[in-house]
Amino acid sequence: MAEIKNKTNLSCTVNGRASDNIVSDSLLLADFLRETLGLTGTKIGCDGGECGCCTVLIDNAPQHACLTLAAKCNGKAIETIESLSEESRLSAIQRGFNEKLGAQCGFCTPGMVMAAEGLLRTNPDPNEQEIRAGLASNICRCTGYVKIIEAVQSAADELKMSGQAL
Amino acid sequence: MNEIKPSQSIGIRKSLVDGPEKVSGKAKYSSDFMPIGCLVGRIFRSPVAHAEIIKVDIEEAKLLPGVKAVITGDETDEPFGILPIARFEFPLARDKVRYRGEPVACVAAIDVETAQKAIDLIKFKYKELPAYFTSKDAMAEGTVDLHDHRPRNIEREVDFELGEVDKGLSDADFVIEESFNCAEVCQVQSEPHAAIAEYDAEREFITVRASTQVPYYDHLMLAKVLKMDEAQIRVVKPFVGGGFGCRTESLNVTLICALVARAANGTVRLTVSREETFITHRGRPETDIEMQIGVKKDGTITAVDYTAIQRGGAYSGYGVVTILYSGGLLFGLYDLTAVRYKGFRVLTNTPPPGAMRGHGITNVRYAFEALLDKIATKLKIDAIEIRRKNLLKGPNYETLNEMFINSYGLPECLDWVEKESQWNQRKGKMGKFRGLGVACGHYISGASKPVNWTGEPHATVHLKLDWDGSITILTGAPEIGQGSSTMTTQCAAEVLGLDMSRFQIITSDSKLTPKDNGSYSSRVTYMVGNATIDAATNLKKILIEAAARKLDANPDDVECLGEYYSAGSQDEGLTFNEVVTAALEGTGTITVKGNFDTLPESWGTKKYRGGAVSGSMAYAYAAQVVEVSVDPDTAEIKVERVWAAQDVGKALNPLSVEGQIEGSVWMGMGQAISEGTLYHNGLGITNSMLDYRVPTIIESPPIEVGIIESIDPNGPFGAKEAGETSLIAFIPALTNAVADAIGVRPTDLPVTPDKLMELMEKNTNNAKSVT
Repeated sequence: MAEIKNKTNLSCTVNGRASDNIVSDSLLLADFLRETLGLTGTKIGCDGGECGCCTVLIDNAPQHACLTLAAKCNGKAIETIESLSEESRLSAIQRGFNEKLGAQCGFCTPGMVMAAEGLLRTNPDPNEQEIRAGLASNICRCTGYVKIIEAVQSAADELKMSGQAL
Repeated sequence: MNEIKPSQSIGIRKSLVDGPEKVSGKAKYSSDFMPIGCLVGRIFRSPVAHAEIIKVDIEEAKLLPGVKAVITGDETDEPFGILPIARFEFPLARDKVRYRGEPVACVAAIDVETAQKAIDLIKFKYKELPAYFTSKDAMAEGTVDLHDHRPRNIEREVDFELGEVDKGLSDADFVIEESFNCAEVCQVQSEPHAAIAEYDAEREFITVRASTQVPYYDHLMLAKVLKMDEAQIRVVKPFVGGGFGCRTESLNVTLICALVARAANGTVRLTVSREETFITHRGRPETDIEMQIGVKKDGTITAVDYTAIQRGGAYSGYGVVTILYSGGLLFGLYDLTAVRYKGFRVLTNTPPPGAMRGHGITNVRYAFEALLDKIATKLKIDAIEIRRKNLLKGPNYETLNEMFINSYGLPECLDWVEKESQWNQRKGKMGKFRGLGVACGHYISGASKPVNWTGEPHATVHLKLDWDGSITILTGAPEIGQGSSTMTTQCAAEVLGLDMSRFQIITSDSKLTPKDNGSYSSRVTYMVGNATIDAATNLKKILIEAAARKLDANPDDVECLGEYYSAGSQDEGLTFNEVVTAALEGTGTITVKGNFDTLPESWGTKKYRGGAVSGSMAYAYAAQVVEVSVDPDTAEIKVERVWAAQDVGKALNPLSVEGQIEGSVWMGMGQAISEGTLYHNGLGITNSMLDYRVPTIIESPPIEVGIIESIDPNGPFGAKEAGETSLIAFIPALTNAVADAIGVRPTDLPVTPDKLMELMEKNTNNAKSVT
């Protein structure tokens, strides 16, 4: 059997719920979310920090879950793609990606959406350059990004019109 | 009462039917299945590029606690491969390894750490052989053959001449020639390869889920390598994170996963890394092209003579088809009267390429369009005009290799890009270091002859209508992100006049859905779209007959308005649900099917061996104008803007068509300016998404899409290919724009700043030495 590993108590919130676990010190946040909690919306598309598919929010900031140790998230608020839909209704950003065809194969989409979520929380009215900068850590191989930019713009417009802030 | 109208779905911008799952994170891809007790697979790969296997010692690895199975090439002596004529690859190497990273053994263990420890305990003894990493080295005299049955490492040689080439060249006023090198590129689809196989020892039954574009071909190869009855295998395709051709043949990852699951008598999940996904490869081969084109003074092409050499990697894969496409698909874009082609597919000690988007023709078209541009400059003919000069005399045109062109929107594509880019006002007046370039391309709408000839129709779709008034579409067509499920739903909804929300779709589960050849060669819209229309038409007939019975009317007098059926002048009609109830009376749940077959005249030529490759029911056309600027200090190319026109026959879903064209343009841009794999003694040194430079959102240009609708007479509602053609046109349009910007014409891809700087410096020095 695998040897006993060094372990840490991890108390954090994941998608608003308290989560208390004992995790191995070497466990990546991406694997913790996917394999321990079953939150498979967070994807792994590369061997570390290249593609952005695993982007989640840690205390509101977009981070690569594949470059973050779960044990380092003690006391932090983690949000994944699964947190955005309320009562199975899509969020404004998700709706933007759906309606503008910002997602084709959909594998990079959870990361893209979380990066956009992080962006719009700090900058609710980004111009095109700011959207590009906000999503620069995320690679999409299907869309050529044209419709991803439109999706984020459309979500920002919708939120502005409805007077909502993220 | 408001007028009742059938719902329209075709030609309307529709978001994807599976979009909500994707944007909400609910969509499950192969690596997202983690049943309790599932084992983890891990592959031991060859550390050398070419060697005889002496021994793969797995004894110690097997003894490690937590290890459930370790398998090697001894597990199966059945080779696999997409082409029945070229099956000599084993899931795990036997006797020899032929590229660095080739799978040698696989471990199934309780967790990834244990699996890795077991991998570290495997002892691989081998005797190294000389290895060849370039086509030239592999074809040289006195080399060791990678495969005994392929002397001089030639996988396939193609040689044909159609028309009188020597006469054409001697009749020409100018003959111009050039050599081109196109680097090997990879798809780099978002999702790394993954599979999960569940072996049920009690029933001797296996269920395999895998990231694939071709579940049916996987099914065949699984049965072959497992030596199991096809009926004891269920193949399910979950959500797939893109493909672009790398998943159009069975991958060793899928087959190994199934083999190790059976050996472990359990369920094994095998998700490979990005590096391993690069090694699994099946991208576009490195291609060397020498081409000469003869032209009259007015720009009319008199003959084309060219050679293409492809570095084919260690196994065939689609190689024979690729080298044939590189010849056959030169035809059908322009009016060519004499063509000589020599193609060499070479076996080398590198990972095997496959059928990447724009399969076989992309690099050859690049060379052709670049050379045509050079000729135009030399003859002082406008680059758009020289293309117009050589257009097909069609539609209703037959090429020298007997392709039948029934719809041809290229002239309109050229008109569109000329107007939208303000070509006539701006070309040649862009100022220093800025330029415009144009190029064209075309591609098939599905290969008319399937890889496996079984006598079955090309596509079969089932529709299930049940008591609740909902219709379930059952299709084997693999949705891989290209939108095929949405397209299928649109086609069915349009025929029945119903809203798309009446439909659910189930795809690619071999125990539920009818067989489909898969998502490749842009066949799905054309073939599965047509089969869906056929199925929906058959269902409509049943519904009309049921309505006629209920209304006591003649079926010919019954009008289907989607949600409402009425007969002649009768005031009271029937709602759709009432018609469904009537239709199910005495028969119960209804399942109808629809088929599609290609026409024999689209099956290609018999004038040369392999001439069936490139025969298609229809061809899509593209013209593109690219605007670039070149940094004079760094030689970095910036794509400022792209105008991409494509004749898609009919845009069934304009939103999806735009998405496909934008994605194609962008992927073409990667190949043109930054992407290429590199090897050091066979070791891939660009096997990450940082070292293999795919463009990011930062350098992605604005793309104007022009949809041209030529309405193909045989396409579903007139539709043709939409997802590959525009990639092909981009690459030469870019290099032609660079030539316009700086007066130097790059020939080798990708046009990276270091290569371009060298060309610019050479040009400056030449200019100095002239003055």
